[in-house]
Amino acid sequence: MRWYWIDRYTEFVRGERATAVKNISLAEEHMHDHFKYFPVMPHSLVVEGVAQTGGLLISEYKNCQEKVVLAKIVKAIFHCEAYPGQTLTYRVHAENIHDKGASITATSHIGDVLHAEFEMMFAFLDTAQWNKELFTMREHRHLLHSFHVYEVGVNADGTPLQEPECFLRLDKE
Amino acid sequence: MAIDADIFEKVKATLVDALGVDDDEVTEEATLVGDLGAESIDFLDIVFRLEKTFGIKVERGELFPEDILTNAAYVQNNRINEEGLAELRSRLPFIDLTEFEKNPVVQEFASRMTVADMCRFVEYKLKG
Repeated sequence: MRWYWIDRYTEFVRGERATAVKNISLAEEHMHDHFKYFPVMPHSLVVEGVAQTGGLLISEYKNCQEKVVLAKIVKAIFHCEAYPGQTLTYRVHAENIHDKGASITATSHIGDVLHAEFEMMFAFLDTAQWNKELFTMREHRHLLHSFHVYEVGVNADGTPLQEPECFLRLDKE
Repeated sequence: MAIDADIFEKVKATLVDALGVDDDEVTEEATLVGDLGAESIDFLDIVFRLEKTFGIKVERGELFPEDILTNAAYVQNNRINEEGLAELRSRLPFIDLTEFEKNPVVQEFASRMTVADMCRFVEYKLKG
């Protein structure tokens, strides 16, 4: 099992905002383990999905050079439950991107219905203290391609998003 | 020095939102770490909120001078030396360092920062 809690991006504006979708399936194991006989999408995994949506938005803006980790959930308010067969749409806005971390606001919708609202903070791990890689560069690249970042991604001026130099170098190795 | 009431109210609202504490816990004397439970990531959150609320720009190290607190030229045996204290006084004129100077252990610096210090920092920034 892979720790992927979004299926793909449908919008990705570099350093500004992103939209990702998560299709909920009854085939997912946690549907049967979270509450027995009551298959519902766990809120914690929605938080994780939103964090992935926002974390990769921030990481890409930093040219995939920072170790971006979820550091603080400032707000997570759920208004209803989400069930198998439904699609969650996560809309994330980058509020601040600093040299030590970043903050986002986000919503989750089921169709037009507001499902949840979030504020989160991400920290950039100090590479001097955390020398272990979170992802290899190849894994990181694969992740962004799997989520269709370079299909839908644009820069702030609307031009197509390009892969960072650290990814392009992999082709020469 | 008296704290500007308007600044205090806005700083209080910032800390209530950022730290999830109650209104009445945020007094001028309350320490951010000891009394209000702030952790390192909270300081970044607080900086983001102060920038938005007051329309100021806070540079790295301006509020929390980690470059001084981790500089071997200023820190010996986990204590800030005289040169380091002079640098702190110069860089952070909005903080009353009198108590800290009596036992200038590095970790004590963050622990001693109060809500009043935060208000004075905002006032200092607003004056430009």
